[in-house]
Amino acid sequence: MSSIVEIKNLSVRYGATIALQNISCQIEQGDFVGLVGPNGGGKTTLAKTILGLLPPHEGKIALFGQDSREFDEWQKIGYLPQKHTSINPLFPASVGEVVSLGLLSAKKRPKNITTADWQEIDALLKDMGIFDLKSKLISQVSGGQQQKVMLARALISKPEILILDEPSTALDPNSREQFFARLEKLNKEAKTTIILITHDTGYIGQYANKLLYIDRKLVFFGNISEFCPKGKDIASCFEKKDGHIIWHQHS
Amino acid sequence: MEIIQILQYSFIQKAFIAGSFVAIACATLGIFLVLRKMSLIGDGLSHVSFGAIALGLFFGFYPFYIAVPLVALASIAILKISEKARVYGDAAIGIVSAVGIAGGVILASLSKGFNVDLFGYLFGNILAISASEAVLSVILSFVVISVVAFFYWDLFSATFDEEYAKTTGVKTNFINALLTVLTAITVVLSVKVVGIMLVSALLILPAITALQVSKNFKTALVLGGLFALFSVLLGIILSYILDLPAGATIVMLNALFFALAFVWKKIG
Repeated sequence: MSSIVEIKNLSVRYGATIALQNISCQIEQGDFVGLVGPNGGGKTTLAKTILGLLPPHEGKIALFGQDSREFDEWQKIGYLPQKHTSINPLFPASVGEVVSLGLLSAKKRPKNITTADWQEIDALLKDMGIFDLKSKLISQVSGGQQQKVMLARALISKPEILILDEPSTALDPNSREQFFARLEKLNKEAKTTIILITHDTGYIGQYANKLLYIDRKLVFFGNISEFCPKGKDIASCFEKKDGHIIWHQHS
Repeated sequence: MEIIQILQYSFIQKAFIAGSFVAIACATLGIFLVLRKMSLIGDGLSHVSFGAIALGLFFGFYPFYIAVPLVALASIAILKISEKARVYGDAAIGIVSAVGIAGGVILASLSKGFNVDLFGYLFGNILAISASEAVLSVILSFVVISVVAFFYWDLFSATFDEEYAKTTGVKTNFINALLTVLTAITVVLSVKVVGIMLVSALLILPAITALQVSKNFKTALVLGGLFALFSVLLGIILSYILDLPAGATIVMLNALFFALAFVWKKIG
């Protein structure tokens, strides 16, 4: 197994405020990592630092063996940010155009979305059951549909790593099940490495093989079975280890 | 008077050609600026162009040769002030804009000779555009439109979601600077078409009209360009026939197009 995300002694600061301190872990190809921690514990900060959006204050991150500051194969990493509450209602972007933005990292200038690209976008939208939304304005589809569109945008480049930041909050229970079934399929069949930020410990117990638990510092990193013995309710393991955090399990 | 006859005048032809290119450049950039909530940068930079034109007149240079680089520098200053001095973008625009106007007023006061020329730029007059100004306007507008076409997907991505754009390798700082400098060049060119006081209207109105009726981003860009183009062509003809100021007529037509698009959207 090869390490495709290697984090060494990582510290991140916002001005004088320490957001992450001395985090180290190695994520292997094909891992499904549940990234958990309390609000303000640094989960999104860690994801953004992996994605190159925030600079490390100390330590370093290697992606596919390359220092993240020199890494330029961003098409290998798909990102689904937290729910898009901030989509500008005036923005005249169609769903198809938004999904096509996920292809830009693999393009050389002058960038162009080709007929073959549009065929791939059509196929993905059909596979995700949202092809009928392709020509609609992104601002005019529901929050749950927007979330599916953003997942399509993250998947269209066929990434080797998928980073998802609380992806299921806007989804109804049925869509949520379909969403996680798709992630499981990607992880098991395409060997896509998944880093899932969530407060839903139930999904972690069901799908993740590793747990990255941070509260500004590293609390735990390793196999789920080391954190919580098989057969035991994972929510109770969190409660035992960190009683002040309200963890919940999906129904 | 017949339209065909009007179109045979060389000053009308020059106004048509230069005005068309400048209008399309304005509308194209305007879409990005409006969606980024940077609409007023056009207003701020037009005020800087007042100071820059005054500087050119003061030293006896052709004003646009001074204005293009100076306003481009001012646009970079706006970005740097908001980045480095931890000042909001609109406040940074306010600072640079005020310095531009104040500089222009001081130079006008010191010279005591070119006030008439300088204040002529406040309201523009595309019907008085010279052949060299028309050529300069066409070349620079073509450059602006070509650069936007070349960086289209990066501009679109950075405007839709800057953070996500960064994760796909888009150099958003470069794209932001590029958009601002292109806006500076276009603002200077627009001064001749509608005047310093109305430049921001040429950037904002065709863009928001297109945004009322567009179902995707490319359509918005095309429609914005078409609204701007028709407003300039029709505005030039109407202003000649009715003996009205061309710049103000163009802006009023744009306002009319916006009102029609708004009503069409509401009843459509």
